[in-house]
Amino acid sequence: MTELRTVPTRDAIRDGMAEEMRRDENVFLMGEEVADYQGAYKCSRDLVQEFGAKRVIDTPITEHGFAGIAVGAAMTGLRPIVEFMTWNFGMQAIDQIINSAAKTYYMSGGLVSCPIVFRGPNGAAARVAAQHSQEYSSWYAHVPGLKVVSPATAADAKGLLKAAVRDNAPVIVLENELLYGVEGDVADGDDAIVEIGKARIARTGSDVTIVAHSMMVIKALEAAKTLEAEGIDAEVIDLRTIRPLDEQAILNSVAKTNRLVIAEEGWAFAGLGAEIGQMVMERSFDDLDAPVERVTGKDVPLPYAENLEQLALPQPAEIVEAVKKTLYKD
Amino acid sequence: MTAVTKLSNHRASKEELLNYYEQMLLLRRFEERAAQLYTQGQIAGFCHLYIGQEAVLTGIKAATKPEDDQITSYRCHAHAIACGVEPEAVMAELTGRETGVSKGKGGSMHMFDPEKHFWGGHGIVGAQISLGTGIAFANKYRGDDTICVAYMGDGALHQGQVYESFNMAKLWDLPVLYIIENNEYAMGTSVQRSAGNVELYKRGESFGIPGKQVDGMDILAVKAAVEEAADYIRSGKGPYLLEMKTYRYRGHSMSDPATYRSKEEVQNMKEHRDPIQQVTNMLVEEHAVKEEDLKAIDSEIKKRIKEVAEHATTSALPNESELYTDIMPE
Ligand SMILES: Cc1ncc(C[n+]2csc(CCOP(=O)(O)OP(=O)(O)O)c2C)c(N)n1
Ligand SMILES: [Mg+2]
Repeated sequence: MTELRTVPTRDAIRDGMAEEMRRDENVFLMGEEVADYQGAYKCSRDLVQEFGAKRVIDTPITEHGFAGIAVGAAMTGLRPIVEFMTWNFGMQAIDQIINSAAKTYYMSGGLVSCPIVFRGPNGAAARVAAQHSQEYSSWYAHVPGLKVVSPATAADAKGLLKAAVRDNAPVIVLENELLYGVEGDVADGDDAIVEIGKARIARTGSDVTIVAHSMMVIKALEAAKTLEAEGIDAEVIDLRTIRPLDEQAILNSVAKTNRLVIAEEGWAFAGLGAEIGQMVMERSFDDLDAPVERVTGKDVPLPYAENLEQLALPQPAEIVEAVKKTLYKD
Repeated sequence: MTAVTKLSNHRASKEELLNYYEQMLLLRRFEERAAQLYTQGQIAGFCHLYIGQEAVLTGIKAATKPEDDQITSYRCHAHAIACGVEPEAVMAELTGRETGVSKGKGGSMHMFDPEKHFWGGHGIVGAQISLGTGIAFANKYRGDDTICVAYMGDGALHQGQVYESFNMAKLWDLPVLYIIENNEYAMGTSVQRSAGNVELYKRGESFGIPGKQVDGMDILAVKAAVEEAADYIRSGKGPYLLEMKTYRYRGHSMSDPATYRSKEEVQNMKEHRDPIQQVTNMLVEEHAVKEEDLKAIDSEIKKRIKEVAEHATTSALPNESELYTDIMPE
């Protein structure tokens, strides 16, 4: 095992890309402001200096076009990493992601694969309002042919990204701008790889299971702390991968706690909570001692005003409340 | 006064010039105060300032009718004000208060006032061009005489939907005036680094849309070009494209340190091309207006802006019940 280094998440992402680019010449990075500007959120610092403009490519503001170009290149065996400045702008390219990247392997009867990574910040940032604050995990997780990961820590941001680059399927990497500055201990090289499809127990507990990903893991851990002070021992599962979902990790935890809360930043309707709740009901209904609870973003476009934004986003206090409901303690 | 700032080739009366001086200065002082409020933490998220580009908008408003429609990107505070939205309501939107033009829900990038024919305020680069083309479609459909002015940046010009719109605008001879506000940069990417052909005004040619390049720092040149273009459009000949060569003095948004260009480049623009200084020079040199009279106008504007800021920072936050209003019309 290599020695761990403490780095901000944005550097972990950068290091992950750099390592993969050193390892495999077919890997290149493309997106808006990724080269000279070093990334709008500085996730590609020094990469153009090391790899040159051939492999670290600034694009015009043309998401649909460059996503298509990258998918085309991937079909021939190159391994593009496409950065969307934020996933909100990835919507310009969603047709190429779904209709081209996700479906080509199937439509070609397995002849043409598309080893590509689409990455960028997902979810709400700070006060940037409705068009710049959206959580896409359930959108992409809906689609067969795609893998979707959503790291909460620096180590997972690097490890899942490296795994995504090596994966032969198209992988959606949902990062979070508010977590880019958060530091964590990170390994190097192959030791850093985090297998896609494996959840992580972020906190062990025995009374209730809270399932979350990305920013909501941080909020779930905060809620768990509050609950601890009240004598409630919550287990927090960090999904890390949304698709394929680590069902067993959730089921194992629920078998132990018999109660389940799903916390997600996205909207409730047709969201991850609905999917996970259904899955648990189908596979281990008898383990449940209470109805499954969901904590989600409110069913509104994200408002700008400070007080409304706070209300719209799911907060730790709501997770605490949901947990108590599963324990019939409200 | 900097004598080196060139005088326009066009001429205007003293009253007209005084009017432009006042309008442009109001926009500038407004934005300077917005920058201050941002630094003080009263405004959050993204905040894109218009400082340096005032002649484009002011010239266009002077050459079009109040009932002509206007639609632009996120760099929209000045556009809202120029269309007649009260500066108080714009600033209160920036501070996210209930008296804001969007009730504090939209913030800096999203504001609208259909009564003033101002259609936003759009955060997704390029989207406003299709929307603006649609507004022109509606105007033609209704058979009225209004045109739609659709603004985009030099970066937005590359989005695919711009060209889809160009084609349909010409195909159906829609009354739309496309304005490229070429301020040399899209975030950190210069025109040279984003455009295969930097003659942006020619981008409509292959669609049959005539285009011209205009000195966007010279309000009289802007006005003359737009009058000609508006006549062309109103005569039923279809869309027209104007590339306004302008410059933004500040970073892309308040969070951009703008290290991709030299201080000299910015200084040079301010000293030799400043749109307000150009009008000042004409007033002083050709109309014998005293500099102290111009200073007095400036003082009045500053006083007004101070009140605007006071209003925007003392108005109440939106009521919490507003979270769930305005999602769907009745
Ligand atoms: C579809 C989309 N992609 C990327 C962005 C991020 N972004 C916001 S403004 C901008 C630069 C736009 O530059 P330009 O069109 O020249 O307008 P200017 O800011 O100079 O007025 C970028 C890349 C966005 N808002 N929307
Ligand atoms: Mg620009």
